[in-house]
Amino acid sequence: MSEITPDLVRHLASLSRILVTDQEVEQLAGELGIIVDSVATVTKAVSGDVAATSHPIPMANVYREDVILPSLTQLQALSSAPDSADGRFKVNAILDED
Amino acid sequence: MTDITSSSAAILAGLISSKKASSVEITTAFLDRLEKLNPKTNSYLYFNRENSLAQAKRADQQLAEGKTVSPLHGVPIAVKDNLTTTDAPTTAGSKILEGWVPQYDATVVRKLREASMPILGKTNLDEFAMGSSTEFSAYGPSKNPWDLSRIPGGSGGGSSSAIAGHLAPLAIGSDTGGSIRFPAAMTGSVGAKPTYGAVSRYGLIALASSLDQIGPVTNNVMDAAMLQDVIGGHDPHDSTSLPNGLGSMVQSVKEADVKGLKVGVVKQLSSDGFQPGVKACFDDTIEKLAAAGAEIVEVDCPSFEYAVAAYYLILPAEASSNLAKFDSVRFGLRVTPDGNPTIENVMAATREQGFGPEVKRRIILGTYALSSGYYDAYYGSAQKVRTLIQQDLAKAFTQADVLLTPTAPTTAFKIGEKVNDPLAMYLNDIATIPANLAGIPGISVPNGLASEDGLPSGVQILAPAMQDGQMYRVASIVEKLYMDQWGASLIARVPDLEAL
Amino acid sequence: MAKEQLMSYEDAIERFEVVIGLEVHVELNTVSKMFCGCANNFGSEPNTNVCPTCLGLPGSLPAVNRKAVESSIAIGLALDCQIASNGRFARKNYFYPDLAKNFQTSQFDEPIAFEGEISIELETGEVFMVPIERAHMEEDAGKLTHVGGATGRIQGAEYSLVDYNRAGVPLVEIVTKPIYGALDKAPELAATYVRAIRDIVKSMNVSDAKMERGNVRCDANVSLREKGAEKLGTRTETKNVNSLKSIENTVRYEIQRQAFILAAGGKIVQETRHWHEDRGHTSAGRPKSDADDYRYFPEPDLVPVQPSEEWIEEIRLTLTEKPSVRRKRLQNDWGFADLEFRDVLNSDLLDEIEATVAAGASPQSARKWWTGELARLANVQEVAVQDLPITPEQVASIQKLIDSGELTDRIARDVVAGVLAGEGEPAEVIESRGLKIVTDEGALIAAIDKALASQPDVMEKIRDGKLQAAGAVIGAVMQEMRGQADAARVRELILERAK
Ligand SMILES: [Zn+2]
Repeated sequence: MSEITPDLVRHLASLSRILVTDQEVEQLAGELGIIVDSVATVTKAVSGDVAATSHPIPMANVYREDVILPSLTQLQALSSAPDSADGRFKVNAILDED
Repeated sequence: MTDITSSSAAILAGLISSKKASSVEITTAFLDRLEKLNPKTNSYLYFNRENSLAQAKRADQQLAEGKTVSPLHGVPIAVKDNLTTTDAPTTAGSKILEGWVPQYDATVVRKLREASMPILGKTNLDEFAMGSSTEFSAYGPSKNPWDLSRIPGGSGGGSSSAIAGHLAPLAIGSDTGGSIRFPAAMTGSVGAKPTYGAVSRYGLIALASSLDQIGPVTNNVMDAAMLQDVIGGHDPHDSTSLPNGLGSMVQSVKEADVKGLKVGVVKQLSSDGFQPGVKACFDDTIEKLAAAGAEIVEVDCPSFEYAVAAYYLILPAEASSNLAKFDSVRFGLRVTPDGNPTIENVMAATREQGFGPEVKRRIILGTYALSSGYYDAYYGSAQKVRTLIQQDLAKAFTQADVLLTPTAPTTAFKIGEKVNDPLAMYLNDIATIPANLAGIPGISVPNGLASEDGLPSGVQILAPAMQDGQMYRVASIVEKLYMDQWGASLIARVPDLEAL
Repeated sequence: MAKEQLMSYEDAIERFEVVIGLEVHVELNTVSKMFCGCANNFGSEPNTNVCPTCLGLPGSLPAVNRKAVESSIAIGLALDCQIASNGRFARKNYFYPDLAKNFQTSQFDEPIAFEGEISIELETGEVFMVPIERAHMEEDAGKLTHVGGATGRIQGAEYSLVDYNRAGVPLVEIVTKPIYGALDKAPELAATYVRAIRDIVKSMNVSDAKMERGNVRCDANVSLREKGAEKLGTRTETKNVNSLKSIENTVRYEIQRQAFILAAGGKIVQETRHWHEDRGHTSAGRPKSDADDYRYFPEPDLVPVQPSEEWIEEIRLTLTEKPSVRRKRLQNDWGFADLEFRDVLNSDLLDEIEATVAAGASPQSARKWWTGELARLANVQEVAVQDLPITPEQVASIQKLIDSGELTDRIARDVVAGVLAGEGEPAEVIESRGLKIVTDEGALIAAIDKALASQPDVMEKIRDGKLQAAGAVIGAVMQEMRGQADAARVRELILERAK
């Protein structure tokens, strides 16, 4: 059976910044357990000496020149913000880190 | 002009350029129909008659001035709602983006505008394109015009049902693991996923960046080729877009010739697990090709066995990162919990309420696949499977010019049938996923109705990377074999929506 | 927060071995940002240098700035690094409101440059080779402003505001390997190292290198282990220490703080700390935990950076002289004593003095101007001496007039004041302020006679050999001439008159 415990689901949800209820945690642990057991077959497919492919079409060295392109106006930038003030995006206070 | 809405885009383009019909007339015909019938199919999440007609009027003005800017000048089109549009809300089928009007147009949308193709509206999809039925759309599922109790495929079921229901002559889809091809198969339409990078992804709300590709959903192969010619090409905004064009797809269609063609049948995708009627349609396609003179060879792609597993690690991993930007700060939904919440609380509450269950499932799965201690086993192994699939395909393409598979294991299933069984849902893409993992082009062409349920079946044609022309060429051959038999396209047999 | 207990520095060094590691972030001075075409510009109106990409809007994609890659390679070469033949970008995933996409596009296991070193000379002349582990490319985050609460700090703020103008500005992060053996010099070495990095990127003109603007920022890692111990101690990382003095103080403070804890049998918590310059100590931030799982993976929206040998060599050819080499050369050329030269370095005036010398002034006079009168004026005006509105060429031209006897030192200072006040070139200031020295000896003698008449005993004293008595007369004459006379000449004339 899989290693997807409710505590792991809680940890992953917190890394993903998604609030989860206890009931959701239980349900997700079950569902993810089944999925993980199924997808874990990939570990059987490969040996160490196979290269990883992260990009399907091999390309390299694609650059843009260092020139300025038009930016949005401040009004445009803030146009879909849930909240703003003083030309900036407004958010609730940040968790006290200090 | 009663048959405008059942005409192909190529015919409509001809009517417009020969001034037999205006873009406004044609666009109006589709708007009339979709305003009436969209409540039945839920194909469109958004349309705006005035805006579409204003674009049609501009196209007509250009024609009046003697300017034809593209082969599809004036032909209207539907756009999947995960492409940004400055003049229409863009939701990606999610509550978290409800009401967002983007500050920029996707490159593909810009190209449609530059080609003077009026946009009819934005089509439905599974939330963030995660799904194969549109049942995961936050705005309700789209319905299959062949049978309104059935799914039109997904994630691009809005576009496929719009084509099959004649609510648009052309549509844009996006395909991460089959989201263009699977819905095309479910609805008897044609859907093509070009080579990765052939069409710019700029403005496509990313699901899995290394798998996503935009492509056409149409009535027939020629329409798809015409549309790919309009939307394809290098884009400096997308560093992964191919530096050079792939030539004219329309030209490839015109050159279609079965002589000397070697067709590969993938051993792993030609027997087990397919609905008998779907398998029968596929065997029929192979027989028709052989009879027409193509050489049929069986090819072995053992790594395909692991494709779905690799896909469901890579996709959630990339998606978990791509979807992190939905945080209630710069755009979209904000849910502020009671009390004195910090921004962290606000983000977590917004994402819990704004994302649907499948999205949350995949984000958490992807976070797991990338987390330290698991990366090598999961994400790392999945990337290696990708290499194996590329190697298998490279070998197969030394034996055959193209590979054929059934597009989907079944015909369209009932709405609600698989929605609570993620694993069953994931297997819908078993035949389409390898193309995304390897970056190669694939197209689904209708190849009949399954005998047991009378619903459309599709055949998938895969070609080597960059050989999209080859893919269209063979698609056109297959299409012609069936046209010769049927005397009309399969989609002409779709039931009358107005009567349903 | 209460100040923590410290062991005396001497005792700490006596008992423990100090290991430091430094991470320096250098903001590149490209015209546009790292991954989009927005201006890389300090001080613009908030959220005006933003686009879909740096704002992290859905659907947007990055595109790599060629110049930023070039500058990164150049920095790598200047630090004697190897340049990766296949460098890739990676996503570092974490949520923070100043991070538009909630991941930072950075580099992980394939940095652009790796395995370098730099020699650092301390004040004593002792030279350390600091090993460089890597230099990698990444993007800066936006800027948060905390509103409400007493101090504008994050604690107690009512809400925060985000400006994404800085989001996506190219950064190069230079990471050292652990540095052993600095002993009691560890704090000085840390600061000198950061200064060396700053000098290098400034001399290469790949960064504006203004620490006060955050162009160069340092995270300092410090750990202690009992002398002779094999195992490395637990380290702390003090974030964003943004002046040379703070870096030195931070390292020194952490040594003393950790030493006290270890000596008392305690354990060092692996954590991020913050330096408070005003209060002179660090404070604990977030402990390192599972929450720091950044889930790095290759950035799928970008393709690898595979610089060709030719490109690397082309960049190598553009490299300027290393600052340490240049410093040696200049001190030698100018013949400055060590102390004099240190003064110049400490006040960061090498460029100004070099340019002044190049414009014709002698090295000593150039040094005196910049570290003397000009530094004093800058201090009064509370600006950096480099930012005074006077050019090295102007300074040199004023010095030339002194050398030729047309200006006295005192008048020259008036000329400088005029230039700084925006009255034009030195010649214009002299003209408009009427600052020409009085060389008309008749006028001087008349003034001397007038002064002597009111102080008749002076002549007598001079003739008795009390030459200092002349001073009173010189003063009176200079007053009469409104300062525009050469005091030495006046003195000569008085003495002649007394013969
Ligand atoms: Zn930007």
